[in-house]
Amino acid sequence: MKDGAKRHAVGQPAPLIDGIEKVTGRARYTADLDHGDALVGAILRSPVSHGRILRVDTSRAEALDGVMAVVTGDDCAVPYGVIPIAQNEYPLARDRLRYRGEPVAAVAAVDAKTARRALDLIVLEIEELPAVHTSDEARAPDAPRLHDNKPGNIEREVHHVFGNPADGFAQADLVREASFSCAEVNHAMMEPHAALAEYDPERDRLTFHSVTQVPFYVHLTLARCLEMDASRIRVIKPFVGGGFGARTETLNFEIITALLARKAGARVMMRLSREESFLTHRGRPQTDVHLKIGMTGKGRITAVEAEVTMAGGAYAGYGLVTILYAGALLHGIYDIANVRYDGWRVYTNTPPCGAMRGHGTVDVRHAFECLLDRMSRKLGLDPFEVRRANLLNAPLFTANGLMVNSYGLDECLDRVEKASNWHERKGRLGPGRGLGMACSHYVSGAAKPVHWTGEPHAVVSMKLDFDGGITVFTGASDIGQGSSTIVALATAEILSIGIERIRVVANDSAVTPKDNGSYSSRVTFMVGNAAIEAARAMREKLVAAAANKLEADPEDILCEAETFSVRGSAQSMLGFEEVALAALAAEGTINVKGTFSTPPEAQGGKHRGGAVGATMGFSYGAQVVEVEVDRDTGQVMVKKVWAALDCGYAINPLAVRGQIEGSVWMGMGQALSEETAYREGLQSHAGLLDYKVPTIVESPDIEVFIVESIDPNGPFGAKEAGEGALSGFPPALANAIADATGVDADFLPFTPDRLLEAMRKAEKARKREAAQ
Amino acid sequence: MSRIISVTINGRSYQDLVPDNMLLIDYLRERRHLTGAKQGCDGGECGACTVLVNGAPRLSCITLASSCDGVNIETIEGQARGGHLSPLQRAFHELLGAQCGYCTPGMIMAAEALLRRNPDPDDDQIRQALAGNICRCTGYGAIIRAVHAAALMMREDLAGAEVGR
Repeated sequence: MKDGAKRHAVGQPAPLIDGIEKVTGRARYTADLDHGDALVGAILRSPVSHGRILRVDTSRAEALDGVMAVVTGDDCAVPYGVIPIAQNEYPLARDRLRYRGEPVAAVAAVDAKTARRALDLIVLEIEELPAVHTSDEARAPDAPRLHDNKPGNIEREVHHVFGNPADGFAQADLVREASFSCAEVNHAMMEPHAALAEYDPERDRLTFHSVTQVPFYVHLTLARCLEMDASRIRVIKPFVGGGFGARTETLNFEIITALLARKAGARVMMRLSREESFLTHRGRPQTDVHLKIGMTGKGRITAVEAEVTMAGGAYAGYGLVTILYAGALLHGIYDIANVRYDGWRVYTNTPPCGAMRGHGTVDVRHAFECLLDRMSRKLGLDPFEVRRANLLNAPLFTANGLMVNSYGLDECLDRVEKASNWHERKGRLGPGRGLGMACSHYVSGAAKPVHWTGEPHAVVSMKLDFDGGITVFTGASDIGQGSSTIVALATAEILSIGIERIRVVANDSAVTPKDNGSYSSRVTFMVGNAAIEAARAMREKLVAAAANKLEADPEDILCEAETFSVRGSAQSMLGFEEVALAALAAEGTINVKGTFSTPPEAQGGKHRGGAVGATMGFSYGAQVVEVEVDRDTGQVMVKKVWAALDCGYAINPLAVRGQIEGSVWMGMGQALSEETAYREGLQSHAGLLDYKVPTIVESPDIEVFIVESIDPNGPFGAKEAGEGALSGFPPALANAIADATGVDADFLPFTPDRLLEAMRKAEKARKREAAQ
Repeated sequence: MSRIISVTINGRSYQDLVPDNMLLIDYLRERRHLTGAKQGCDGGECGACTVLVNGAPRLSCITLASSCDGVNIETIEGQARGGHLSPLQRAFHELLGAQCGYCTPGMIMAAEALLRRNPDPDDDQIRQALAGNICRCTGYGAIIRAVHAAALMMREDLAGAEVGR
């Protein structure tokens, strides 16, 4: 479905422009920054799940030699949170403690040993309160309340009805319901959290380096919590070792590091341990999904009802967005007219949850695709045919007002069906082996950001100077996904120049334009479009200069491979540098910019919460998973995955493949082994041995198929590629396990103990049935 | 207590006074300013700190610097020659074996040790050799492809060198 345009830079596999730094060890991550004389920060954390702070006595810590600053909840009385209407967290607890590990006090000292000793000297008196660790406990009638203004511990309820679900179910030949329970998971990005803050009291200026995905939010939050003029703050993002959503909100340790630096009037390096990085959390919440689907005998979905409950942890964070996403993205993948959604985001005395790759959608998509599979079997329909019976016919607006302009799900289905040899192999792999499939989708950026300012979503500026080099300035955060490379490729394409001529300068608030950051898979779509617009403005200037020199009309100037010539004329041809110098002679250093904004119709339905889920374009994916299950041990081995994703257009096919493989694999981690676990609120998963990220040994071959539906608004037709494939994996695996064992599991992850138990239960039920 | 160690790091010799409890990773990062080796866990769980000690992969985050007297240490910083990438570095770069790059120094050093003892490993041998190195970005597919590509480059280089001789 390629658009056939001839292009020289985009559309071909391109190594990352910052890849050489990564493979040589020259890339500087926050902890690698020069900080020889910096003080060392350390944080004292709550030992209880829920309590009232009676006294925090820091006098002995302050008196210790080598301690330069101590901060407590008294040092910041301004609450923060990523959603402007739900800010209920303090960087250091004031009055109440709501989870084990919540920061209470922090010190900056001359070295790590002194900092640890100082923490030991802080006296913390607490009145312990009864705690709730699960959403059931939190919603019990007599449950203790975490936040006085939130009765029933409900952070946000959502009740949405589109179409007429009752009518829809009445039209169904088959109605099925099922409940699913999905464990909480964590991003476990490889780089533990770190921040470096330097405060200059003479000028009241703060320079701040951190591991963030959204430097803009960090900047705003530091200004808010430190009550500083934002113009006195400079936020720089160095190389970042992954994020996956963990770093899309400003995190407590970032504000704490800045508070310490200001109090000490010095530079403070804060490096969190892996255990503390897990505690900082913001992962995908434990989610219960009760789902009901109505279907005709031919597999057409007539109605859907979903009830979703998320145990969100102790503070609001992204919570209301997560619970809204869970409902909104019931739409946008299949043609479903009648949908009821009821969601509850619940406070619990556990570390706060947040955004994680596939934000809000993964567990609900899991339930949905599992139930579709069960109903297909009941009706004797092929799962591929059931999906095909419900395809959208783009362009359209969904029942809840989401805009869909490009749609490659049909081609994704075709590709994985054929590659996996589905019809010949399904049900014929022998005992303990099976095939399963599922579909998924995800947004290419939130069409309305949570922090709404009215500004363009993205601004890219571009400079041409005497050296003939193009410097591109962007605030987009490259966290390993390759966003800086996308900006460079888009620029090279439009200017018809080699990528070697381009430098990308990113993420320094003193230099680069504001950007909304790396979340919701927004960067390629929005920043890519802004880069194209900036490059077009630059091209216009160059073409004008060339036209002037060649004494031709600008419209007749042909710009190709760093040369300018007059269309149809074989004579004079000017090189890029010559034209650049001519353009500069006219006006000096050339600065241009490009922006990207979303039109109102892309910004979702008018109902409350209708902006969440709204996007310029959805990616679509289909997957087939082949599995082998050991019936004696419950061990699940993924043998092979076929994954197709419609990313609109692959600007960098190398990176697209990497994103698809990585997101499928992260879905595999959640499906097979990953799970945060708490005992009385104390995390028992606090290391990379206990939190079981798959190793290379259990990671299968993932065969990737890139589908290009060419979105009318995407940069060169591109949409997102980094999240959409994730949520397809867990249900495809569940469906494969059902194929292999006959067991429909209603939980995630499929750990051997759980699966063995489910197989035993199913066996008992079969025997009971046979006996009757 | 402290002691003086003599070590060779990436071909350069050093004598340094190190505390008995100083970890090799801290010695490399703080004393020698070689920040390529990364701390990704709280000790021995992720492999991001892997360096070669006398040619064998070693987790520098659970190795005492004081135990390294007289050894030859190789880190990611010593892999490029005259600024040009080693075969593994080139393959990881060109085939996107590195996304965020945080696990990459350890991953490349573990793979380097593998290729020195086995110039033509199969998928399973690569998986076994890199089982202690966690990557959170790639799903490992590109890493396996990169190790194969580097092995091929190294074998071809060797074949070329032999022909030249």
